[in-house]
Amino acid sequence: MLTIKNLHASVEEGHEILKGLNLGVKAGEVHAIMGPNGSGKSTLASVLAGKDGYEVTGGSVDFDGVDLLDLEAEDRAKEGLFLAFQYPVEIPGVSNINFLRTAINEIREYRKEDKMSAKDFLAKVKTASNLVELDSKLASRAVNVGFSGGEKKRNEIFQMAMLEPKLAILDETDSGLDIDALRIVSEGVNKLRSEGRSIILITHYQRLLEYIQPDFVHVLNDGKIIKTGTKELALELEEKGYDWINEEIAQ
Amino acid sequence: MSNTYTEEDLARNLEVQEYKYGFTSDFKSDTIPVGLDEDVIRLISSKKEEPEWLLEKRLQAYRAWTTMKEPDWAHVNYEKPDFQAISYYSAPGQTKKYESWDDVDPEMKETMKKLGISMEEQQRLTGTAVDFVVDSVSVATSFKKKLGELGIIFCSFSEAVENHPELVKKYMGTVVPHTDNFYAALNSAVFTDGSFCYIPKGVRCPMELSTYFRINEGGTGQFERTLVVADEGSYVSYLEGCTAPMRDENQLHAAVVELIALDDAEIKYSTVQNWYPGNKDGVGGVFNFVTKRGLCERNAKISWTQVETGSAVTWKYPSCVLKGDNSIGEFYSVAVTNNFQQADTGSKMVHLGKNTSSTIISKGISAGESQNTYRGLVQIHAGAENARNRSECDSLLLSDRSGAHTFPYIECKNSSARVEHEATTSKIGEDQIFYCQQRGIDSEKAIGLIVNGYCKEVLNHMPMEFAVEAQKLLEISLENSVG
Ligand SMILES: Nc1ncnc2c1ncn2[C@@H]1O[C@H](COP(=O)(O)OP(=O)(O)OP(=O)(O)O)[C@@H](O)[C@H]1O
Ligand SMILES: [Mg+2]
Repeated sequence: MLTIKNLHASVEEGHEILKGLNLGVKAGEVHAIMGPNGSGKSTLASVLAGKDGYEVTGGSVDFDGVDLLDLEAEDRAKEGLFLAFQYPVEIPGVSNINFLRTAINEIREYRKEDKMSAKDFLAKVKTASNLVELDSKLASRAVNVGFSGGEKKRNEIFQMAMLEPKLAILDETDSGLDIDALRIVSEGVNKLRSEGRSIILITHYQRLLEYIQPDFVHVLNDGKIIKTGTKELALELEEKGYDWINEEIAQ
Repeated sequence: MSNTYTEEDLARNLEVQEYKYGFTSDFKSDTIPVGLDEDVIRLISSKKEEPEWLLEKRLQAYRAWTTMKEPDWAHVNYEKPDFQAISYYSAPGQTKKYESWDDVDPEMKETMKKLGISMEEQQRLTGTAVDFVVDSVSVATSFKKKLGELGIIFCSFSEAVENHPELVKKYMGTVVPHTDNFYAALNSAVFTDGSFCYIPKGVRCPMELSTYFRINEGGTGQFERTLVVADEGSYVSYLEGCTAPMRDENQLHAAVVELIALDDAEIKYSTVQNWYPGNKDGVGGVFNFVTKRGLCERNAKISWTQVETGSAVTWKYPSCVLKGDNSIGEFYSVAVTNNFQQADTGSKMVHLGKNTSSTIISKGISAGESQNTYRGLVQIHAGAENARNRSECDSLLLSDRSGAHTFPYIECKNSSARVEHEATTSKIGEDQIFYCQQRGIDSEKAIGLIVNGYCKEVLNHMPMEFAVEAQKLLEISLENSVG
């Protein structure tokens, strides 16, 4: 599904943030990426999603047979890449529903499919909002405007359910969610797990991984993946922090 | 769902790169030579077979105009038109009016089709009576009968002069006197045609009244005259939309619109302005110097809603004179400028009566190298006890080379007044555009979406079909404006 080889990326001022990152994600797998603040997790997500302001200086990214780095941001989305933002953006005056209808129809057009009928669309809104127990009022409100922190995160997963991506990158979707919301959103994500869909979870907390059981856990530090393990690694990190890995590598 | 008009409807038009309505129709016109003097005015008046009193009014206006100077206080920069190089009258070749839709010149039908406003469709879909004005002479009027049954008069200005001279005489020039300003004086002297509307006492006009204007004759100035009178307790919603064919030379447009809302009456006046804006390099385009003003008597209400996307230079301040106690004035505006367009627009709210209130919501959007200015005046007179005004002027910049300017003037002579003014300027967010892109919406469509969201508060005040058209225009006029 996703093969990242020796990825190097800098911010425009020339400061290198990703420093030779390797990662392989197969269809249906769930990978967790953990790592200290500022290690480059969100940068990885942004670079994969095609955000302006980052320059890829080396390496390659294959996404289900296409050269991801060659595509415009919107075409990456249309190919089935979804990013749940760490900080979702507000768009005043544009209702969530209108926003998603536009998005869905753009994606369908790219795939040479007909527009979704209003009936099918509304049915889908209903299913998707039930999945994460999103208040139906939020679906018709302007995108993220005046949403609480937790509502914004929930809205990201609602959008994921609407857009049905092949690969979803969830950037700290768990932070800001209360205990009940964390459970509800996690259950929603679990229901979205499928053979054809891969998920990358960026998180600081082991707790999320109790709800959404990952196949692999990676540690990202200083722009590189320095350790890969199973979900037990997350427990170990919770207990010991990150420093021991560096020490282990130094030896 | 609360919002029924959708962004994707508009998106379809995005392939069109050049000005969408840029074409000219080829039907015979009766055009008089260029230049302006008293003889030309007499000629216009006689061609239109006008009564003596109207010719007198024209001549008075002309004489006043010759003593006036073109205003230069607006934040716009352009080569002043040569008023002697303009032809002041042009009418379609046939002088005969059409009896029915079937009689309409096929060429004319084609024109309307290109505009995407075929009459059959307009009538069927919207139940709208369309008075289609081509080159200043109206050639098709519909729904006359139904309106007639209610005593509503909706006709060309010329017809009103002929058939309802007492109404025209009574109200014309009472809100915008010919001495008001340079362009109003010019219009009062040379206006060729326009629309007239009268709603009798207590009548609620059952449909939106709409007029489509169109400049169709190269080098011909457009001097439309609109007069809407809503008698006591009546209601009317009036739509004005315009598109112009592509032209290289500048075309002058100096319209006058007068609204009169008598006691307890309400007038909603919505405009989509899409005159040719000039090309990407700032060549050509319409000069749009419009005087629009409404007068509110007791408990009356006038709302101006406008979406301005066209013209090379716009100079326009739809205003309300709140004369009667408890009267209400509203102004909702979206003004978009792209490439080298310049707009200086806003509103004047003149509070004379007690408990009068006014609202000004202005959204300016500037792209390319354009200049977009809001200019507003809120005037509270000494007798205007408890007057209220709220003004909100937001500017959105889509490029670093464009300019947004705000000049809000407040004059307050009554201490019980409450005047609130808010202004913001923002740049379209890269984060917002990326967020849209990440959901599969390309940057051009994203801008359309964001801008439409930004303007929603104004668009919501328009009748639905019109709002859809306005949204399309917003998108079309912002094409290629990224960066
Ligand atoms: N556009 C930018 N300009 C300058 N520096 C940047 C930019 N984007 C990211 N950085 C820097 O790159 C580093 C990695 O940032 P990133 O947001 O990827 O960290 P993170 O691992 O997601 O951290 P957190 O856990 O706090 O979310 C940080 O030092 C950050 O300041
Ligand atoms: Mg981060």
